[in-house]
Amino acid sequence: MVQYFSADLDATFAALSDATRRGVLEHLARADASITDLAERFRMTLTGMKKHVGVLEQAGLVTTEKVGRVRNCTLGLRRLEQEAMWIESYRQRWDARFDALDTVVEELKRKEKTDGRRKK
Amino acid sequence: MDAGRSSQPGVMKHRMSMERKSERELVVTRTINAPPRLVFEAWTRAELFQRWWVPKSLGLTLLSCELDVRVGGGYRLVFSHPAAPEGMAFHGRYLEVTPPSRLVWTNDEAGGNGQVTTVTFEDRAGQTLLVVHELYPSKEALDEDIGSGSTSWNDETFDQLDELLASTSRLE
Repeated sequence: MVQYFSADLDATFAALSDATRRGVLEHLARADASITDLAERFRMTLTGMKKHVGVLEQAGLVTTEKVGRVRNCTLGLRRLEQEAMWIESYRQRWDARFDALDTVVEELKRKEKTDGRRKK
Repeated sequence: MDAGRSSQPGVMKHRMSMERKSERELVVTRTINAPPRLVFEAWTRAELFQRWWVPKSLGLTLLSCELDVRVGGGYRLVFSHPAAPEGMAFHGRYLEVTPPSRLVWTNDEAGGNGQVTTVTFEDRAGQTLLVVHELYPSKEALDEDIGSGSTSWNDETFDQLDELLASTSRLE
């Protein structure tokens, strides 16, 4: 495991060796932000912030997505972890939905029964 | 978390199964203890739909829910989340509406790159076997959804990051 992850850890460690980049991670842990937002918040040029975000992205700590003309940054995880977690939260979402659906449908059944009795 | 259970005898919670069927397909199946007619109603009447589609455990609040369930009709759901208090809209169109056995809709919030959701309601001796099939236009589209992190905002994410950071500093 350690060997498998060591290259990743090097990248992570390098990414975290900089105070601005640690600040960016802390900020993204609270809310997503665009590169422009981050540049303003940390009082640096767009190009400078792009470089920092690039390093974080390489380390798998941040993911970015272009929405129109804005590049949005999100706290990211490495691909495999992220995929496993996405699948798990997808499963949990449907599981919780179906439990709630059971309740609604039980109510419909009960209502149909009492309505049916009333009609007779 | 016991919302779906009931103390009534004979009412039980069925097991759900989920499968990543291919690199662009997800399939979820679950039996519901009622005939398709009623289950279909719960999927197509807004006042019922909004009671179960967004369970409390998701941490989302549903602000509005409009369903125009007919072929070509649209739906629009607006949620708020602590990270997005101004609201996020999910919307799309119904491609097929066949009561009480089949519903197909698009998910258009991703700008044409979203999945198509097909739900079938199969009668199994008075119960309903629900099959939810989500087909993404490409592997990349599903990967993008996974990569968007939209669903990974939870404590587990931060615990994992903490662990990662802790292990990094130990190596120092």
